[in-house]
Amino acid sequence: MKTSYQSIVIIGATSAIAQECARLWAKNGARFVLVGRNEDHLRAIAQDLTTRGAQHVAVSVADLRARDAHQAIVDASVATLQFIDAVLIAHGTLPDQKACEESVDATMDALLTNGISAISLMHRYATVMVGQEGGEIGVISSVAGERGRSSNYTYGAAKAAVTTYASGLRARLVDTGVQVTTILPGFVDTPMTAHVPKGFLFASAASVAKRIVKAMEARRDVVYVPGFWKWIMRIVRLVPEGVFKRLKF
Amino acid sequence: MSTTPAPESWGRYPASTPHDVITLAWRTQIADAMRSSTRVLAYGLGRSYGDVCLNNDGTLIVTSHLDRFISFDPATGVLRCEAGVSLAAIIDLVVPHGWFLPVTPGTKYVTIGGAIANDVHGKNHHLRGTFGSHVRAFELVRSDGSVRECTPTQHADWFAATIGGLGLTGIISWAEIQLIRIGAPTLDVESIKARSLDEMIAHMVESDASWEYTVSWIDCTQGGDSVGKGSFIRGNFEDEYRIKNSESNQRIKNTESNMLVQVPVVPPNWLLNRTSIKAFNTLYYHKQFNRSKRTRTSIDPFFYPLDVVGGWNKLYGKRGFLQWQCVIPYDGDASVMHHILTEIKRAGMASFLAVLKMFGDKPSPGLLSFPRPGLTLALDFGNDGVPLMRMLDTLDAIVADVGGRIYPAKDAHLSAEHFHTMYPEASRLAAFLDPHCTSTFWQRVHTKVQP
Repeated sequence: MKTSYQSIVIIGATSAIAQECARLWAKNGARFVLVGRNEDHLRAIAQDLTTRGAQHVAVSVADLRARDAHQAIVDASVATLQFIDAVLIAHGTLPDQKACEESVDATMDALLTNGISAISLMHRYATVMVGQEGGEIGVISSVAGERGRSSNYTYGAAKAAVTTYASGLRARLVDTGVQVTTILPGFVDTPMTAHVPKGFLFASAASVAKRIVKAMEARRDVVYVPGFWKWIMRIVRLVPEGVFKRLKF
Repeated sequence: MSTTPAPESWGRYPASTPHDVITLAWRTQIADAMRSSTRVLAYGLGRSYGDVCLNNDGTLIVTSHLDRFISFDPATGVLRCEAGVSLAAIIDLVVPHGWFLPVTPGTKYVTIGGAIANDVHGKNHHLRGTFGSHVRAFELVRSDGSVRECTPTQHADWFAATIGGLGLTGIISWAEIQLIRIGAPTLDVESIKARSLDEMIAHMVESDASWEYTVSWIDCTQGGDSVGKGSFIRGNFEDEYRIKNSESNQRIKNTESNMLVQVPVVPPNWLLNRTSIKAFNTLYYHKQFNRSKRTRTSIDPFFYPLDVVGGWNKLYGKRGFLQWQCVIPYDGDASVMHHILTEIKRAGMASFLAVLKMFGDKPSPGLLSFPRPGLTLALDFGNDGVPLMRMLDTLDAIVADVGGRIYPAKDAHLSAEHFHTMYPEASRLAAFLDPHCTSTFWQRVHTKVQP
C-alpha cells in the first residue's frame, strides 16, 4: 500500500487499530511520535515499527485525561518531527455502561477520555497545522456517536461530540490546507472488544486500518469502516425516536 | 472481514468447548493469564489439524495478537519477534531483503510459537531438518511466574523440551530464528510423473543432494502395481531476478498475504467423496501432458497452494476431517509403505491429498520432535466415523510395529498405548511440564500405560 506521509503523530498508539495503521505507514519509512499511557507497550510497538521500516520512533507517555498536559505533548511532537504530515487521534476506552449509570463520576470520566480529550487535541493540532500551512488530522470517532443506544450511550455521547466538533473544524479549516477526516468504525475485532461475542459484522483491525490510511491519504471528510456501516447507519438514523427508544441493543 | 478464530482445530474434529478464552494483547500479560486457571493452553491461529491446539473444559490463551516484531538484521538474517507473529508476516517483511524462512510448513498462517511447539518441517527437511533447528533463542514463561531465555546452550534442557513440546512446558513469549538467503523470490520447479512407488522413491533419492525442496503427491485411489503413482516435485530458489519486464516482475514479487477466495459456507459432507476425489486426482495427474515439466513459480503457489482458498478445511462439511501423518524407517525397501497404501485402498478410504516425502537424517532438536530419518506420508480423510477409526487403528499398528511414529500436530486419533510406544521420550518430558498446561491431545495420550 502506497502512502506519502513521512511524519506522523499517533495519539493512543497502543490501540489495536492505531497499531495496524502505524504498520502501514512504517513500511513507507515514516517517522513517528507515539503517545500512550503505558511505556512498556509503547516500546514494544516502537520496536515493531522500527523493524518494519520506520525511520525513527519517539514515544511519549501521558494520561490524556489530564488536559493540562496536552499542550506539552503537542509541543514535544512538533519539536521531534518539525513538520507534521498527519495526526491520528485514536485513543479511547470502551466504558462499562452499567457502571456509568451508577456513577456520575464514571460517566464524566468516560466523556473526558473519549470525547473532551480528543477535542482538546484536535483543537491544538489544528493550530499547529494552520501554522505550518497544511496537514491531515484523522480522528477516530464511532458509529456509536450517531444515536444514543441504551446499552452504550455514554460512549456514544462522547463520540457524538467528537464527530460534531470534527465536522465544524473541517468547515473552519476548509481553505487552510488542513483537512480533518472523521473515521467511524463499526465493530472491530481487537483486544478492547475481546469479551464481546463476535458476529459477522466484526472486521479485523488490519482491514479497518487499510481503509483508514487510504481515507486519510485521500483527505476524505467522513469515512465509515468497513464501508457497509454507511448504509446500516443511514437506516438506523431513519428509525423514529418513539420506536428507537424501545429497541434494546 | 474476519472474526476471532473460533476455538476449533483445522480439521474441525474433535468438537471442543473451552471453559474460557483469554485474548492477550501484550506479552507481559502471559504469566497472569496462565495463573487464571489450572488448565491452560496457548492457541495461535488454529492450524493444527487435530487436538493439540484444543483444551476441552480448560482455558485457551489466544496469542495471535502478540504479533509484533522485535528486531531484524538484514545483514545477518536474524529475526526476533513475539510468539504470535505469523509466518506470513515474516515472509512479507524479509523476502524483499533477500531472506526466507529456513523451514516452512504447507501453510503460512501459523504462528512462530506454534511452529516451535510442534517443531514443524517442510519440503527441505532432507537438507535443513526441522524448524526448531533454526531457532536461536526463545523466552519461556511459566505459570509460576518464572521466565527463562532458552538457547541451544543456555537452559538447553528447557530448549529441547519446549521445541516440539506441544505447548505443555509453558508459553513462549518471543523467539529468535536464523533465516536463509535467497537470490530471488522465484523458484525453478520441476514436476515429474511417477508411475509407481519405487519410481517415486528413486526420484527422491536422486534429487535430495541438489534440490532444496522435494515432495511427492500421490494418488492413493490407485492399487496394485500403480500404488504410489503420482507427481514428484522438486524446486530451488533462483539465484537472481531473471524477469526484466517490470509488470510481470511485480506479479512474481507479490508475496502479500492475500486469500483469493473464501469458502463461504460449510458444504454438505458428501462433497468430498471417493468419486470426486478420484476424479480430482486423475485430473491432477493428467494436467501435465509430458512426463516432466519445468516451470518458474513464486513463493505462494509453490509453498502454500492451499492458502489461496481461505477456510478450505470447511470443504469436508460439518463432519470435519482427520489428518494422518506417519514416518517409517527406510533402508531401500518400500514394502511397508506399499503395505500402508494398499491397506488404505482396501479399506475404500480416499484421501484428497496424499503427500510423500523422504526425511533426512539431521537430528531434530526437540525432545518430542516428530521427524526421524525415513519415509513420511501425510493423508487426510473426511470424518466417516467408525470405519475410518478402525482403519487408522490398523495403520497406527503397522507404523508402531516397524518403529515408526505419528505426527501429534496432525493427530486426533492415536491411542495412549501407541503414543507411548512411538514416543518413549515422553517420560522425560514430565520434569518440564508446566503444572497449569494441558491440551485435549495430552489428556488423551498421557495416561500411564502398563505394558
